[in-house]
Amino acid sequence: MNLRSIPFSAWIGIAGIAIAIFCALFAPMIAPFGERDVVGDVWLPPGGDFLLGTDNLGRDLLSRLIYGARTTIFVALAATVLSFSLGMLLSFTAAVVGGFTDQLFSRFNDLMMAIPTLIFALVVLAVLPQHLWILILVMAVLDSTRVFRIGRAVALDVAVMEFVEAARLRGEGSLWIIFREILPNTLSPLLAEFGLRFAFSILFLSTLSFLGLGIQPPAADWGGMVKDNKDGIIFGISAALVPGAAIATLAICVNLVVDWLMKRTSSLKGGRGDA
Amino acid sequence: MMESGPLTGPVPTDGSADGTHPRPAELSGVPAKPNPGTANPSNGDIDGTFWRRFTFRRPLVALILQRLGLSVGLLFAVSLMISGGIEALPGDFATTYLGQSATPQAVENIRKDLGLDKPWSERYLSWLGGAVQGDFGTSWASKNSVGEQISKRLGNSLFLAFFAALVSVPLAVGLGMLAVQFRNRLPDKIINVVSLAAISLPEFFVGYLLIMFFAVQYGVATFPATVYDSMTLTERLSAIALPVATLVLVVLAHMMRMTRAAILNVMSSAYVETAELKGLSMFRIIARHAAPNAVAPVINVIALNLAYLVVGVVVVEVVFVYPGMGQYMVDAVTVRDMPVVQACGLIFAAFYIFLNMAADILAIIANPRLRHPR
Amino acid sequence: MPEMLSVKNLKIEATSYPPGEPPKVVTLVEGVSFTVQKGKVLGLIGESGAGKSTIGLSALAYGRGGVRITGGEVLLDGKDILTLDKNGIRSIRGARVCYVAQSAAAAFNPAHRLGDQVIEASLRHGIMSREEAKKRALYLFRVLGLPNPETFGERYPHQVSGGQLQRAMTAMALCPNPELIVFDEPTTALDVTTQIDVLAAIKHAIEETHTAALYITHDLAVVAQISDDIMVLRHGKTVEYGSTKQIIEAPREDYTRALVSVRQTKRDEAADQTGAQLKIEHISAGYANGFKVLHDVSMHLPKGQTLAIVGESGSGKSTLARVITGLLPPSEGRITFEGKELPPALKGRSNDELRRIQMIYQMADTAMNPRQTVREIVGRPLSFYFGLHGQKKTERVNELLDQIEMGTRFLDRYPAELSGGQKQRVAIARALAAKPELILCDEPTSALDPLVAEGILNLLLKLQEETAVSYVFITHDIAIVRAIADSVAVMHRGRLVRFGPKSKVLSPPFDDYTDLLLKSVPEMEIGWLERVLKTRRMESAGN
Repeated sequence: MNLRSIPFSAWIGIAGIAIAIFCALFAPMIAPFGERDVVGDVWLPPGGDFLLGTDNLGRDLLSRLIYGARTTIFVALAATVLSFSLGMLLSFTAAVVGGFTDQLFSRFNDLMMAIPTLIFALVVLAVLPQHLWILILVMAVLDSTRVFRIGRAVALDVAVMEFVEAARLRGEGSLWIIFREILPNTLSPLLAEFGLRFAFSILFLSTLSFLGLGIQPPAADWGGMVKDNKDGIIFGISAALVPGAAIATLAICVNLVVDWLMKRTSSLKGGRGDA
Repeated sequence: MMESGPLTGPVPTDGSADGTHPRPAELSGVPAKPNPGTANPSNGDIDGTFWRRFTFRRPLVALILQRLGLSVGLLFAVSLMISGGIEALPGDFATTYLGQSATPQAVENIRKDLGLDKPWSERYLSWLGGAVQGDFGTSWASKNSVGEQISKRLGNSLFLAFFAALVSVPLAVGLGMLAVQFRNRLPDKIINVVSLAAISLPEFFVGYLLIMFFAVQYGVATFPATVYDSMTLTERLSAIALPVATLVLVVLAHMMRMTRAAILNVMSSAYVETAELKGLSMFRIIARHAAPNAVAPVINVIALNLAYLVVGVVVVEVVFVYPGMGQYMVDAVTVRDMPVVQACGLIFAAFYIFLNMAADILAIIANPRLRHPR
Repeated sequence: MPEMLSVKNLKIEATSYPPGEPPKVVTLVEGVSFTVQKGKVLGLIGESGAGKSTIGLSALAYGRGGVRITGGEVLLDGKDILTLDKNGIRSIRGARVCYVAQSAAAAFNPAHRLGDQVIEASLRHGIMSREEAKKRALYLFRVLGLPNPETFGERYPHQVSGGQLQRAMTAMALCPNPELIVFDEPTTALDVTTQIDVLAAIKHAIEETHTAALYITHDLAVVAQISDDIMVLRHGKTVEYGSTKQIIEAPREDYTRALVSVRQTKRDEAADQTGAQLKIEHISAGYANGFKVLHDVSMHLPKGQTLAIVGESGSGKSTLARVITGLLPPSEGRITFEGKELPPALKGRSNDELRRIQMIYQMADTAMNPRQTVREIVGRPLSFYFGLHGQKKTERVNELLDQIEMGTRFLDRYPAELSGGQKQRVAIARALAAKPELILCDEPTSALDPLVAEGILNLLLKLQEETAVSYVFITHDIAIVRAIADSVAVMHRGRLVRFGPKSKVLSPPFDDYTDLLLKSVPEMEIGWLERVLKTRRMESAGN
């Protein structure tokens, strides 16, 4: 891969993601105040000591934004990695083994996808106790249905190729076929898909937090910060818009990179439509 | 040269051309959709040769019937999953319901009160039986009839979604066509970048941004978007202006990008090249050769995005404090009011399944191969 | 004779966008000049990538996706159409110059009736009234031998067969009474027995309507039947240009000579055809949806010999190969190899049983993992079956590369860095690496250009002499059968029509299908088409 072949838009995306990850990793060092420290009056305007002002309890918005990057990115990334591993494992198994296994997995996946993700999450989170790992797990399982669909399509595309048949005829086992024959040929579309799922996870987590079902206070996360400060909106206080903008920016950055990855691969199946 | 007389040569015996040649592709004549045989493998065996013959002679009707059957089955399975899944997951409502003050005796009483002591299958059947007639039981939290609440709020939600669709569909299709017209030129690139950004915006961010500008700064719109029974239509419309705008912005980008892709796909086909090589005008190529084939995928795109709209309503209603289904459900989830959650979940899923089915069926109807079988 | 089309010093370029590099301008065609007179046919012939189609489309001032005509003149009836504006070009396309595409199935709009599409250009250009156009379409349907010409136009494209569509496309091109028609490989996608009918129909229609035509194909034998002059192209440049008679009977250039005489490999069949290394007995097979593809097929193959299985698409020949490999277990019958019955399914076979039967595919591109180097591709069977590694493995890979006449410098190349012929050679090396006793060859040369294919066939014959490997050779090409087979099996619609030693199968008396098949293969001989149409007994089916 040639560095100069990366378009400008993708560079913007990469830079944005890098900044967010930097904030997440070194939050305690760069944040001017603590995550949960009440340092001033409620909803102070931006400027002075508080670059972005303070929130509904008088905590520094910038500091919470930096700490929030940590939670948001960690949870979204964990959910994406998990959903990806799960979806890939099941979809590749379905595509390679075929027959009854494929039918079983695929039909169950259809069933899961017949319920909109957000509605499904609402129903499930209404029942389950509120723990971080449960949240990650629910997000991962729900999202893995989409990974499954795309993974199966991509794997089937490759699995019908004659070199896979040749490997079968040689007597190779399923593991060799998956890891040595199919996987190397699907990396590029799957990488794009990973980015897409990550962007979706960020939005989904933020939505859940905004609805009060995601990350629980007092931990800072971007969706939750919007919820905390939403009442200020009617008074013309823009504190809720700052974390909202952060979510949007990060998602845009990820999508810019994905867009570039997608253009490099033409074989990717499925759209970016999601619900 | 004329005595070679190819006229006597190539005239085929017509019968051999059609009937006797088995064409397995016939049955799976819908290219974009999975083979109906694989989608519902048991069908052929149960209905035997009659169904097969029917599929062969009236593929359109057969496929539509199949989609309908599939959707009903899917809805049934979803109801089973919502109800059974809740049962299987850990977490006891009674304990949660009582919170800190849960003594074993109180828990027992509550369980009996809510009917949780009966076996699950019995509860499921009575719940499903009621749900079919629109009776979803009583709310645990408010002790009101869930069905009554829903009938009020569902109307509100549909009102919102309907106007959002009314604005977004023509706009999205128009912009999609514009992008195709100016493919790879400046307008297309601008539309591409803007829509890429738009699909990355969370609904609540768009919502609050609009509130900030139009309700707070300029005061031209109302917030919160409450509606009452006594409101006139114009009052209602002005109340939902901002929520509709939010929904439109959220769904527009998706729909437009997919429309663009669908039209581009048709425009790069060999038959459009044929039309071009016939020396037809651009207008005629688009109107007569591209449009009939682009209708199906575009309708599909619209239906899929309307399904998305139904879900998008949830967040938008919370942002704008709009008395619809979404808000009802979110409130119920926070207090773990299971009858309400179940009912709302089922209704949302039903709409989603129905719209997806509509997309499938419209695509089937628009396919000339199925409309005019051999 | 007036010159209908005169192309002078044509230059065509395209911009390609290789990933990760700045855009590049590629010259597709350079310095090509020719003329076509009224009522005459010029054949453009060449391998894939020779620029034939690009030149053909230039007669309509059209370039596909980024292709631009950057130099020269295209004179239609004396006027350069390249200098015309948009509307001027439009008034020529579909009115004075028409185009027949390779895949009529894709070129017809699925949403409209065939009749409407056939007359559309005539109406839109105001050449004739609807009534006149309909009458002409009916006339053309008759001339082209389409079934039920009165109602044929009512049908939709998907309701008629491929051969009929190709003729309907010809009718569509002829309808506005154009001065020139460009035929772009109109019979390439068709089966050989269908091709001959379409070819005859096109020839008849051209004669009837006195139009001039450009006929583009890669098959010299086909173009010899239909054209008056031939231009041989290679890499976008003219190799030779002359009358059909001169090109076929007295080619001047080496390349043309090679094309004309390409099918010259000949081998006599083995005298002793007793014994059976591979025995196929009463095999029937079908797919899960109940569609039966093979009906009671039996044949056998002695050790060290070649069995050619011939048939058109849909004959079941590839399915038979899948049955032999175990990919598709048969519903009835059994296969015996070296005196032992083979387990029907792939999963039941031991690695040694798998090793002894290897396979070579038609498309070497898809038969090799694009992410593996030649070393890995050829080396894997060595380590898998024989446990070879390190130095020993490398030595053996080198040996194999020598055997397929490729040097060790290809060791670390990826398939994408090889030519079509080289890829097929590597695929052969991979099969050889397993030290097989039988190699199934599924049309290994049909995707290759004729000269390259010839090299592959010679290599296969040489390897058979060296290693005494047996071949089951699946093909639709009778010439290849003549060249390399010991015994031949002819298949038609899933049934075995004829089986035996080559000399018996390919000489009379014939059954009807074999007669049709043999007579449908174009021969490099002027006047073959007329001769064969008079003598054959059976109409091709399903065209």
